Amino acid sequence: MNAPAYNFAYLDEQSKRMIRRAILKAIAVPGYQVPFASREMPMPYGWGTGGVQVTAAILGPHDSLKVIDQGSDDTTNAVSIRKFFAKTAGVQTTTSTLKATVIQTRHRIPETPLREGQVLVFQVPIPEPLRFLEPRETETRRMHALADYGLMHVKLYEDIAQHGRIATTYAYPVKVEERYVMDPSPTPKFDNPKMHDCPALQLFGAGREKRIYAIPPYSNVVSLDFEDHPFERYRHDGKCALCGAVDSFLDELIMDDHGRRMFMCSDTEYCETRRALGNGAQGFSKATEAAPA
Amino acid sequence: MIGLGNERPLLAAQGLSKWYGRQLGCRDISFQVHEGEVLAVVGESGSGKSTLLQLLSTQLEPSAGRICYCMRDGITRDLAALSEAERRFLFRTDWGYVHQDPPLGLRMAVSAGANVGERLMAVGWRNYRRIRTTAVDWLDRVEIDSRRIDETPRTYSGGMRQRLQIARNLVTNPRLVFMDEPTGGLDVSVQARLLDLLRGIVAELGLAAVVVTHDLAVARLLSHRIMVMKGGEVIESGLTDQVLDDPREPYTQLLVSSVLPP
Ligand SMILES: Nc1ncnc2c1ncn2[C@@H]1O[C@H](COP(=O)(O)OP(=O)(O)OP(=O)(O)O)[C@@H](O)[C@H]1O
Ligand SMILES: [Mg+2]
Repeated sequence: MNAPAYNFAYLDEQSKRMIRRAILKAIAVPGYQVPFASREMPMPYGWGTGGVQVTAAILGPHDSLKVIDQGSDDTTNAVSIRKFFAKTAGVQTTTSTLKATVIQTRHRIPETPLREGQVLVFQVPIPEPLRFLEPRETETRRMHALADYGLMHVKLYEDIAQHGRIATTYAYPVKVEERYVMDPSPTPKFDNPKMHDCPALQLFGAGREKRIYAIPPYSNVVSLDFEDHPFERYRHDGKCALCGAVDSFLDELIMDDHGRRMFMCSDTEYCETRRALGNGAQGFSKATEAAPA
Repeated sequence: MIGLGNERPLLAAQGLSKWYGRQLGCRDISFQVHEGEVLAVVGESGSGKSTLLQLLSTQLEPSAGRICYCMRDGITRDLAALSEAERRFLFRTDWGYVHQDPPLGLRMAVSAGANVGERLMAVGWRNYRRIRTTAVDWLDRVEIDSRRIDETPRTYSGGMRQRLQIARNLVTNPRLVFMDEPTGGLDVSVQARLLDLLRGIVAELGLAAVVVTHDLAVARLLSHRIMVMKGGEVIESGLTDQVLDDPREPYTQLLVSSVLPP
């Protein structure tokens, strides 16, 4: 075979160095959005080109890569990105959270606790948590610089005024190391506590918006809230129909027109591992009978 | 310069000038504002009133001159020497700025309650109940039906928006408020009600204010002292009643005779 027409992990060394510099800066200033010169990747933006570039920049030949999309290793998006790096970097790929050294993710943090030495790479569509109320980039930048974050609570206030509680369930804003307010990407707020004091390095890449930010291992990550409306984790009150888990984040499946539904672990690998260990479908019939929401 | 007392001024401007390139904004303006004192700045269109207000509130940088402000801790500081963080803090605690055009001073996409509560949250309030109760209280004070607290200002009339802007600014009990034509663009009857309300609140809170207006009736009703501007310069200043009843400058005489009903 001819030598491949691309460099290890697709990106040229020059671009990787540039991205690594941005990553190092992001690690040095936890939660701060570092601009970087986002490169063209052979896939559309919605596919997580920011995350892909971060992964490309940090991947070494001995890494073992896991890619998940909404918790699943098997969606088209996850499979394509895994194949992309298997082909361009020749790295091992895995679905095991335990074995992976680099995990690229869209919308979830795995249920299996992460460990030291691992890197979790998030694909981020909109990195700016203040964008919702302040569209001007110059102004949001100044707000970050001055830690002028009243606006973030305005958003939460509006939630409570309209819904009686903080209704934000995804991309729930956090404050990192008591300084920068950060958007954790559209992960469910169920995953927010996992970011706090996490032994793994967490990196966030936004391709279209050209930003990289980071949470170094064992950082303080606090979800914003009010004293009388404290942050609360949310998961469907149910059991996984396949493995019986009562602690995992559940996806809801509508079974028929009568509103019958069942729940399944969103983290497919967690679910499979539990089943392999003998946890069964004892919750199945009960879950299928759950009342309509 | 006429002051109300001889205690230290809250705000002191010295030799303030602003050039927009070769276009003069205002020139060599000096005056003081004491605590609880309302100063009106009047003059025809283009005379430099808004320029002056933006200089005072540090939204524009002067080409020459300086502004000193007595902070809450009693220490007088040169505003140009404050860090941006300190200036922002002043802006959301000790100062208010009421724009002529309410959408410029409001967040039109969020509820009235959040508009009033924003400054409180910015200075660290984290109790939803308390923020909301305070917002209700302020809506009452500016005569907005507090049942409309969860509506956005888009559903409000012009007069209500202006009153909401006032509540949003005053909720942190500032000591100094800048107002640029606060009654401009409103119907005459709405203007009168707003003026009444403003006068009551300013007196009750003992607020100092710099009010820009081209309406001498507004100046008469709200202010203790007045500065008359023309072509970027202050041509006459003094106690409002004195200046309006007995203007010395021909230009002021013209202004008074043409605008004020006898
Ligand atoms: N951004 C700017 N660039 C150039 N010139 C400006 C700018 N802003 C104001 N000026 C000029 O400075 C002068 C003073 O303008 P200013 O807006 O302060 O007047 P004003 O007294 O507030 O008028 P009005 O009553 O119409 O609001 C005018 O000649 C104006 O054209
Ligand atoms: Mg003006």
